[in-house]
Amino acid sequence: MKLKLKIWRQEGPSSPGKFVDYDMDHVSPDMSFLEMLDVLNVGLVKKGETPVEFDHDCREGICGSCALMINGNAHGPETGTATCQLHMRRFKDGDSVIIEPWRAKAFPVIKDLATDRTAFDRIMAAGGFISTNTGNAPEANSILIGHDTAESAMDSAACIGCGACVAACKNSSAMLFVSAKVSHLAQLPQGHPERAKRVRGMVTQMDNEGFGNCSNTGACEAACPKEIKLENITRLNREMVRAVFKD
Amino acid sequence: MASLKLFLKSSVGRKFLVAVTGLGLSGFVLTHMAGNLLMFVRPEAYNTYGHKLTSTPLIYLAEAGLLAMFLIHMGLALKLALENRTARAMGPSQNPSTCEKSARFGSQYMALTGVLVLVFVILHLISFKYGTYYAVTYNGVEMRDLHRLVIEKFKLPLYTGWYLVSMLVLFVHLAHGFSASFQSLGLFSVRNCLIKKLGWAFAFLVAGGFFIQPIYGYFYGGN
Repeated sequence: MKLKLKIWRQEGPSSPGKFVDYDMDHVSPDMSFLEMLDVLNVGLVKKGETPVEFDHDCREGICGSCALMINGNAHGPETGTATCQLHMRRFKDGDSVIIEPWRAKAFPVIKDLATDRTAFDRIMAAGGFISTNTGNAPEANSILIGHDTAESAMDSAACIGCGACVAACKNSSAMLFVSAKVSHLAQLPQGHPERAKRVRGMVTQMDNEGFGNCSNTGACEAACPKEIKLENITRLNREMVRAVFKD
Repeated sequence: MASLKLFLKSSVGRKFLVAVTGLGLSGFVLTHMAGNLLMFVRPEAYNTYGHKLTSTPLIYLAEAGLLAMFLIHMGLALKLALENRTARAMGPSQNPSTCEKSARFGSQYMALTGVLVLVFVILHLISFKYGTYYAVTYNGVEMRDLHRLVIEKFKLPLYTGWYLVSMLVLFVHLAHGFSASFQSLGLFSVRNCLIKKLGWAFAFLVAGGFFIQPIYGYFYGGN
């Protein structure tokens, strides 16, 4: 299979970037998208050129490292999958593929397709945790949590923090990420003591990082590899209102 | 108090205010549309309704409230939209809305449709509220013959065409805005099937109601 790649190349955070064309030959439909880029990079190294920089780690859709905008879609055309779970069988012989980094002011490009997503870490540090000494695993029956609540909290906790929501949003809003993290703990009894402080801290940090504002378009939900639901954003808004009346 | 201040300064709080004022304005367009339907009853009913509405001193309070809602809604939405523009830095070379993972249609054009609605509202006020004053007397009470002015305006093809296009724009704005407000308020998600349908139904009802009046005026006006 032959492909025409158009890849964003950028030396560093402050240097201007541009698209560079690469022709790929002998692409196997069984390759993953990242393996295809590996093959490209091996070729570039052999030619003495600088390989294309891109983030990746587990390559099985759970770490949230990979982050590519493929033909305008965050993580490519497949729904509910990260870039690493995208396979070349999704493309046709002769296809043109545009590969870009996440585009957001709060995610500056480090190099080529790799972006600095530490803004998410700072949002987490502003409240995305519970301040208890966990010690040994507690007795499971000492805090009873209903099945539906546990499932719903787990669905929110499935967020891997890849930033696809920000990349897909026309406003570069981080609301889906923040709402998933807030929702996860707001639904569980362990998260309740710091509920108001958490949502206030995380939303303030999100605003300070320069992410845009949510305009309820739903693009984030469509792009999310973990299929985090928009209901989380509704819950975040509710939590923020609730926090006005608490401590 | 400090937490309220923090809330109102945050993106979530400001969106909350945009949603509250948006729903208030939605209520206004709905009643405006319903009031206009009186023109199908008879000119007298339409004019008497207008007269009763404007002859109570409460109208000034209502107008002040309406103006405040308009200003808060527009001011905050504009500020948020400008912030969004800064946050975007540079869009992807292809628009995601044209790809498989798309966003809601109207949601992409809220700022644009909002500005167009504003232009319409200003011109609409100039045409009618501050337009030609025709007088008419029913049962010895002199009042404004707004019905005559409305029919006169809708006899002009260009005016009617522009009015209809504006109502389509309002439809797009309301179709997203009405249901999205409930998400901003933290009540229901826009993916909630009922809320989604309610949003479409509301936009259809309001824009549809406004739509039939110029068509009626253009084809059957005065007869």
